[in-house]
Amino acid sequence: MAARAIWKAVVHVGDLSVPVKLYSAVEDRSIHFHLLHDQDMVRLKQRMVNPNTDETVPHEQIRKGVEIERNRFVVLSDEDLESLTPPASRDIEISHFIEREAVEPPWFDRPYFLGPDGDAPEYFALAKALAGSERIGLAHWVMRSKQYHGALQPEGDYLTLVTLRHAGEVIEPGELEPPAGRDLDKKERDLATRLVAGLTEDFNPEDYQDEYRERVRQLIDTKRRGGTIEVEEYEEVPQERSLAEMLEASLSR
Amino acid sequence: MPAKQKKRQEKDGRHHHPRGVRPFWSGTISFGLVSVPVHLFPGRRSGGVAMRMLDEDGTPLARRYHCPEHEVDVHPEHIVRGYELEDGSYVVIRDEELEAISPKKSREIDLRRFVDIAQVSPTLFDRPYFLTPAGDSTKAYRLLADVMHQTQKAGIATFVMRGKEYLVAILSHGGVLSAQTLRFPDEIRDADDVGLPEAPQIDREQVSRFEKAIRKHSVNELPRDELKDASTEQLTALVEKKRKKGQDIVETEDYEPDASEPSSDVDLMEAIRRDLQGGNGAPQRSDADGSDLEDRSKEELYALAKQRNVPGRSKMNRDDLITALRKG
Repeated sequence: MAARAIWKAVVHVGDLSVPVKLYSAVEDRSIHFHLLHDQDMVRLKQRMVNPNTDETVPHEQIRKGVEIERNRFVVLSDEDLESLTPPASRDIEISHFIEREAVEPPWFDRPYFLGPDGDAPEYFALAKALAGSERIGLAHWVMRSKQYHGALQPEGDYLTLVTLRHAGEVIEPGELEPPAGRDLDKKERDLATRLVAGLTEDFNPEDYQDEYRERVRQLIDTKRRGGTIEVEEYEEVPQERSLAEMLEASLSR
Repeated sequence: MPAKQKKRQEKDGRHHHPRGVRPFWSGTISFGLVSVPVHLFPGRRSGGVAMRMLDEDGTPLARRYHCPEHEVDVHPEHIVRGYELEDGSYVVIRDEELEAISPKKSREIDLRRFVDIAQVSPTLFDRPYFLTPAGDSTKAYRLLADVMHQTQKAGIATFVMRGKEYLVAILSHGGVLSAQTLRFPDEIRDADDVGLPEAPQIDREQVSRFEKAIRKHSVNELPRDELKDASTEQLTALVEKKRKKGQDIVETEDYEPDASEPSSDVDLMEAIRRDLQGGNGAPQRSDADGSDLEDRSKEELYALAKQRNVPGRSKMNRDDLITALRKG
């Protein structure tokens, strides 16, 4: 079944514009559990209480605050929070185009598909031009009262928009010093390089399934039929031989 | 011990021991027959400003799990996990059972496949982590990180963490290993799943108008200043303004910290750095002056400088690069 668009917008590249619809590219496959009371298997409800009185605080009475030092809060009113909300807009502004490698993996957050809104030949023209450029567009937009940044990318004939994490949130590897130590042994490096080369293949995501998720599903099935499962221990493999010996043994396997 | 007394003790305990940063996961990376003991830490800062829910008088609220049947708040010991069946009844799944079905080597990341990282679509990237050396020696870690960096390959593996299986790409950036969890392919839709229409005949002229616009707005480096979190900056400024004026400030008694509150970003960075520098109590050789830089080609040095974001690198000769990299 076709997915439902979650938002409509217009992508702006310079003075060119492309009307689009936004779709989630993520499909939730996780197995959801509820929290139950072990005495009667009744589903628990979360409630927010004042810990001094243990009374539930109704939603409309809850205020928001930021702790400025231990046990001291600045309280923010609804108007305060309102004033911080960016103005609503349907524009996705593409400010720059950068090489794909200039955006390291930790920046990427959540992927969306963009589809054409109506009969939009310019959508497919943009996708084609972008694919040919081997670049990605840096996008900025406000959706549901939140400011987003993202990467506009070609995906076949289509476009995806992957939200990017904020600067400051991302720890860039350059901020960290690698572990120091004695120079690595040349023989060990050569062996390890050969081992990596021997294990290098094309990436094919279809090779991977969430096997654990499947096992949890089977466990649920077993238990609903009244079955039980056995508990096993895992063992650790001690490492005794030298690095070079282990690498050589690895290569000869 | 009465519940109230117990609660107080826990509270006091928290006071004396400020929350430490613990690795999310500890285990080994298996590379051939070599085991590399590692810790796994979150690879991002919490960034935002933590907002707390307060009562009208400013008391920070606490979360309770309430049983509507018994009309009591339920202590965590008495909470179990249930999977809901079609008829509304539940199958209870206990922690030990989940533990029992996790793979035998649940403490292992088995690196049996390496790929060119450019082949991994960014739509698959989920969360970033850093891997730090955990054992007595950093040698195996450094060897793996060095070789992966030189060959520009990413290792692909699956492993189990906190009751979930993860597909992960292990990357090396100038000697630091990072892990990027990937979405499984069945968690990602393609254009067919979304139901996008087929591409029509494309107007060549329209494409070239976009090509021109792309060229015009192309830049070489990621403009990080465009990726700032403006809302959080404004929120911080507003909080600061109110603090200075002494406006809307409430004092509270000691309260229970929210368990989901992240540890501080400063503590996280310190924990990662300490681990990378062999802070596990392991004696380290002190030849940290980067002597192996001399052995590297200019291209290798430039690649390292690019990864560490050394400013002005494009105009540097080999010696300048070595000096700049040593300075960090």
